Amino acid sequence: MGIFDYFRTPKPNTAQVAKERLQILIAHERVDRSGPDFLPKLRNDIMEVIRKYVQIDEKDVNVQIGKMDDYDVLELNVTLPERIPHSGRTPS
Amino acid sequence: MSRIVVVTSGKGGVGKTTTSAAFATGLALKGYKTAVIDFDVGLRNLDLIMGCERRVVYDFINVISGEANIKQALIKDKRSDNLFILPASQTRDKDALTQEGVEQVLKDLTDDGFDFIICDSPAGIERGAALAMHFADDAVIVTNPEVSSVRDSDRILGLLQSRTRKAERGESIREHLLITRYSPARVASGDMLAMEDILEILAVPLIGVIPESGSVLQASNSGVPVIIDKESTAGQAYDDFVRRFLGETVPHRFLEVEKKGLFKRLFGG
Repeated sequence: MGIFDYFRTPKPNTAQVAKERLQILIAHERVDRSGPDFLPKLRNDIMEVIRKYVQIDEKDVNVQIGKMDDYDVLELNVTLPERIPHSGRTPS
Repeated sequence: MSRIVVVTSGKGGVGKTTTSAAFATGLALKGYKTAVIDFDVGLRNLDLIMGCERRVVYDFINVISGEANIKQALIKDKRSDNLFILPASQTRDKDALTQEGVEQVLKDLTDDGFDFIICDSPAGIERGAALAMHFADDAVIVTNPEVSSVRDSDRILGLLQSRTRKAERGESIREHLLITRYSPARVASGDMLAMEDILEILAVPLIGVIPESGSVLQASNSGVPVIIDKESTAGQAYDDFVRRFLGETVPHRFLEVEKKGLFKRLFGG
């Protein structure tokens, strides 16, 4: 680093960005790995069904197996787009 | 019993072969009878890093297919009487590498009284990589401070915990994280993942941090494992790693930015 470098605008901390991206990605991949084999396929099927009615992205569907005391729970979390088009009559 | 150690990473080019060569040489120089096996069938390179490329007669696949015995195929290292290299085949079909064949070779080496067998894994998660890790007692996961390498290491950890003989028996492989090509200056400037970040993400015990160093390329240029270069930071860090692997408590070094003089700080360099 030379003397003129001190006058430059500070660069963004990309290492922090890398860490956050990895934490999210790896958490996801570990869930896929630890869950039963059918989980990724189930996720795709659910996504297809929902897409018949609402356009959603792959990242909007989150399927995982949660561990409770002596049983597993299938957790399904679907984020819908902000505004779903209404087909019914709007109240006057 | 031999202790079988796989050097693995998933991603290519992170330093598996450099590490295998340094690790095996370090163990041998400390008096342990050590064999290092190149599992990268078709892309042999350990011989080149160890500087014995012109002495290859028979290879790993020759031994598995019964065309040579293990004693004929092992190359004795020039620097240590305790160190032997088993090169990969350069030309043969990858399918020749079988689980039974690998098991037999490992058994022969164990019967021969080897203390350590280092398995230099190829990149990827295909047959060669799967077999390199299959019979391991320990795994050294080589990771660069870079997103794709960290992600691939996590994938490999998943395989180590599910697809190996130890996993099948309900036991677990001892995992050791080795971070290579680490640059404290780039960590300080926020351009590189810090050691602590990688540890937090992967949650594997750290066994060493090898700093980025020109001496690694110089060592491979000349076919001398970098651990022989006692002057270099990488050579010293590899020696620390070997001592930690053998159970010594050795503080980590080369994690801080080297202090520069006033001249360098003002004018760069």
